[in-house]
Amino acid sequence: MRVKKTQVWGLISPTLILMILIGVIPVIYVIYLSVFKYSVFSKTGMVYVGFDNFRKLVFDASFLKSLSLGLTFVAICCLVEIPLGLLIANVLTYEFKGKGVFRTIMALPLAMAPVSIGSMWVLLTNPDVGPLPYFLGKIGVDYNIGVNATQAFATTVFMDVWHWTPFVILTFMAGLASLPKDPYEASLVDGANRWQTFRYITLPLLRPVILTTLFIRIMDTFRVFDEVWMLTSGGPGTATRFVSIHLVREVLRSMNYGYSSAMSLFLLYLTIVICWLLLTFISISQEEV
Amino acid sequence: MKISKKGLRLFFIYVLCILIAIATLFPIYWTFIISAQSKLEIFSGPNFFPSTFHSENYTRPFLQDVYGRYLANSLIVATGNTLLVIVLAVMSTYAFSRFQIPGSSNIFFWTITNRMAPAAVFIVPFFLIFSRLGLRDTRIGLIILYCIFNLPFAIWLLKGMMDSIPKELDEAAMIDGCSIWGVLVRVIIPLAKPGIMVTAILTWIFAWNEYLFASILTNVKARTITTGLIEFVTVIGTNWGEMAAVSMVCLIPAVVFIGIAQQHIITGLTFGAVKD
Repeated sequence: MRVKKTQVWGLISPTLILMILIGVIPVIYVIYLSVFKYSVFSKTGMVYVGFDNFRKLVFDASFLKSLSLGLTFVAICCLVEIPLGLLIANVLTYEFKGKGVFRTIMALPLAMAPVSIGSMWVLLTNPDVGPLPYFLGKIGVDYNIGVNATQAFATTVFMDVWHWTPFVILTFMAGLASLPKDPYEASLVDGANRWQTFRYITLPLLRPVILTTLFIRIMDTFRVFDEVWMLTSGGPGTATRFVSIHLVREVLRSMNYGYSSAMSLFLLYLTIVICWLLLTFISISQEEV
Repeated sequence: MKISKKGLRLFFIYVLCILIAIATLFPIYWTFIISAQSKLEIFSGPNFFPSTFHSENYTRPFLQDVYGRYLANSLIVATGNTLLVIVLAVMSTYAFSRFQIPGSSNIFFWTITNRMAPAAVFIVPFFLIFSRLGLRDTRIGLIILYCIFNLPFAIWLLKGMMDSIPKELDEAAMIDGCSIWGVLVRVIIPLAKPGIMVTAILTWIFAWNEYLFASILTNVKARTITTGLIEFVTVIGTNWGEMAAVSMVCLIPAVVFIGIAQQHIITGLTFGAVKD
């Protein structure tokens, strides 16, 4: 079948042009801005400073703290969500009436606007109106995420678990449903108990699905913004100031575009490195199986 | 009476399902309850079963305050972005699916890297570029901008669907004298219609849900409803009832669309992990 090349390019070029305009040019622009001192408040305009912004960045204690806080958040969320999702999905492998309804309910948080999830958690946790402070107060726990840093951090973790464990459950349920049946029959014949079956059959077979889900969750929790911004805006103090929130606050507060660009670029680079490392790790461990 | 092992297991499963369902639905229910109460009732302690429905929380922000306009903006931006994304994605996915195009195997990687990068990284360049081009605080600006995450996603989702349409069909149509555009319009689009609908719904939801770009790039005219939500939290006090009501309105599309096309939507939301 002969089709003119120009016609094919006619089909793709609008997409290509648009993606270059909004996907590539901004990145180039960030790279360009990152070597300037450029603030809306300064009268000097743009001043070329070379790598000074980056030098400042590596010694910026508040940025490094937000980075480590963000990574802690990633670690805790994944450590809770993946095992919890695995456990629940495992129990729910059996066919039962109403599985479809259950799946639909679980998919709800995934489609809801993250900001409105944040606002729902504001309504749950606010000392004036929320049931959480009210009932915790009754049993003598002083719960106020506007003041207590540990409680604020724990609440953001809890919110993320509420929001995203359904995603993990749904993926694992699908993964479990697609596993071959033979190994299970064999293990039944060999008299393996439930834990052994899970440990030596389900876990290795499900490994690709688990790794991919873990990958998506790591990247998503690292970039978390909307819900936490709505719930705590990064506070109290810097207790929930994860790296995206720190960046946005920096931009809004200082209006220092050069330095913010350097921070953006560093973050983008870090994301690509993490992404690449994880994907390499996944493909290596896939080959081993 | 002896309870069978299977019955016991089923009982356990239902208990677990109900617990999870309650945990998932409770925050939504609570938001609804707050939205149904007047200021006085809200501050008089938690009440899980209010007897009255205080509809003013819904009518005042949308009819008297600015939220009516925010809602219209959200609808226009989401719909405009969906139309743009679908037209571009159908065209380019058809090309990706049928012809050898260098780099087309990287679409998936392209999609995930676009999705994985923190959106906050792009706010500085977009703020400056949009200011210079006069696109700040315009709906058209947001419509174009949202392509950055929706377009790769739509292409990736549509690719699988178009790949499954047999090539022989378009070859037959070409022999009958159809041009490449004729094949697309007469053969591919009708056959891929369900897939295109699902992609459109998900694109629409993502555009509707977006917050960060809209909050940085709009001030007054083009503010969307998600952005308006955060305006409730003020120093002088928050109108909780109205905030809850606006949150509920934000949730409506998600609920409606999941209700309409649940299985396909779930597949899209879990990035193709759940297939049935």
